[in-house]
Amino acid sequence: MTAFPNFEWVQIAYALLTLFIVINYGMVMTAVVRKIGARVGGRYGIPVWQNYVDLLKNIALRSKISHGVMYYLGPVFRLTGGVGLLMFVPTIYGSEWHQNFSYAGDLILALYFVFFGTLGMALGAGESGHPHSAIGVSRGLAQVTMAELPLALGVYALSLQYGTLDITKIVAAQQGSIFNWTLFTNPLATVAAMVAFVGTMMRSPFDVAMAPQEIPIGPPTEYHSSYLALMQTNRVLFPVAKTVIYMNLFFGGATSWAEFAIKVFCLYMISVVIGVVHPRFRVEQSIRFFLKWGLPLGVLAILTV
Amino acid sequence: MKDVDDKFRKTDTEVPLREELRPRKVTTPDGQEIDIDPLRDYFCEAKPKVHPKAYSKIVEDFYNWARANSLWILGFGTGCGAIEMRPLMTPRFDAYRYGIQWRPTPRQANLLVISGYLSVKTLKRAIRAYEQMPQPKYVMGLGSCTINGGMYWDSYNTIKRLDDYLPVDMYVAGCMPRPEALLHGFMELKRVIREGKGEGANKYAENFDQYKANQKAVIKDWDMPDYNW
Repeated sequence: MTAFPNFEWVQIAYALLTLFIVINYGMVMTAVVRKIGARVGGRYGIPVWQNYVDLLKNIALRSKISHGVMYYLGPVFRLTGGVGLLMFVPTIYGSEWHQNFSYAGDLILALYFVFFGTLGMALGAGESGHPHSAIGVSRGLAQVTMAELPLALGVYALSLQYGTLDITKIVAAQQGSIFNWTLFTNPLATVAAMVAFVGTMMRSPFDVAMAPQEIPIGPPTEYHSSYLALMQTNRVLFPVAKTVIYMNLFFGGATSWAEFAIKVFCLYMISVVIGVVHPRFRVEQSIRFFLKWGLPLGVLAILTV
Repeated sequence: MKDVDDKFRKTDTEVPLREELRPRKVTTPDGQEIDIDPLRDYFCEAKPKVHPKAYSKIVEDFYNWARANSLWILGFGTGCGAIEMRPLMTPRFDAYRYGIQWRPTPRQANLLVISGYLSVKTLKRAIRAYEQMPQPKYVMGLGSCTINGGMYWDSYNTIKRLDDYLPVDMYVAGCMPRPEALLHGFMELKRVIREGKGEGANKYAENFDQYKANQKAVIKDWDMPDYNW
């Protein structure tokens, strides 16, 4: 094992345990968020275990229709994006179990995996042949590409600041006090990246890719049964995995699962709260927003680091 | 299963196929001449299959429990009853707490609610939507129009008994039934599904020729393949 000096086989089991915990956390958390939304609207809301039942129901459907190889691979790529994102960043700082497969250059890989799922989905949704899928995916790609700009700039500012591309080292540098967090040591980079965070959470005002009531429901229009079950799994896993990155880079990481749960929930609620008070941007409006506000902030963060 | 809608004229002259659906030759941008047949190129003509239950009864019961507690309704309103479904999403009735959700695409829906009278023109769309839904799928007839025609009994353009055209799992009687009645209908449907009796899709596949004959008897401009998913 000269290629991977620190690798041990038991790490695979540890990483799978992380994945299991995060998926279950995401399942319950997204349901709780929907329930909060319902309570705000005066409804009782879905049961907190509804996501599990929906997932099981979709797996239990009897007939499946494939539109081709790429249609099949679309959800697989999407889930790969979510799993890959989680697998290569440390989830719990200082825990031997939940370091996953983090290594010296994992920040670059994480940036890649954030984009990976959307690309895979573009191939899959394109082959499903439904016009709404094609419209939704082209909008989604345009929007995610633009949202990548402030994120990438913010992250580069961060790696300049800490002089490393290793997420574990970035988290280590933020330990000790709340004022060691990047949020306080480099607020510009944090705000620039948070613009991208809100922009890629598929919530209003940046939900033009799915656009309920307009192009119902965009890319997954033709997806059903097990295909949809894969996408549902990713739907709960990917936002949490992405939030883990942000938590590690800007908000001091987490040293225990309790801290993880609270921080991820609070970060997730940022996009939810912004979502419920802002109406949907059209795609050219959201692109303009990222170029007008996100990009200058990112450039400024690089310049002032 | 006898077709009760004998008021419709059935031996009519054939309606010619719409122009855009006829087979024809098309020149592509790069100068190639290709034959296209929209009815064959865009749709599949494979007949629906009878899908067996899960091998083990415990597994099938477990699946049925999940199906009953995760009913996804196709957001497709055919008549006045569509307005009775809206209050179910609001705080007063809130059907979401029973695992009932609305989906915008037939691919992800399990329950087609025929909400009121069904004109022949809408029947065509209802059939297409129904056939695109994955199995097992359920149909709910809302209002007396779907049971015996109701106040549209002697209409020239409205079907009377929905069960002749699509396999109905549950009827909710009334004109119109209130949202409470609809909720009760959902609860009854859940019971039927849990008992493993919600096999409408298999019934449709078994009696496919009969259903198709009934459908074609009333839809005169049949401009789609026999089975279009």
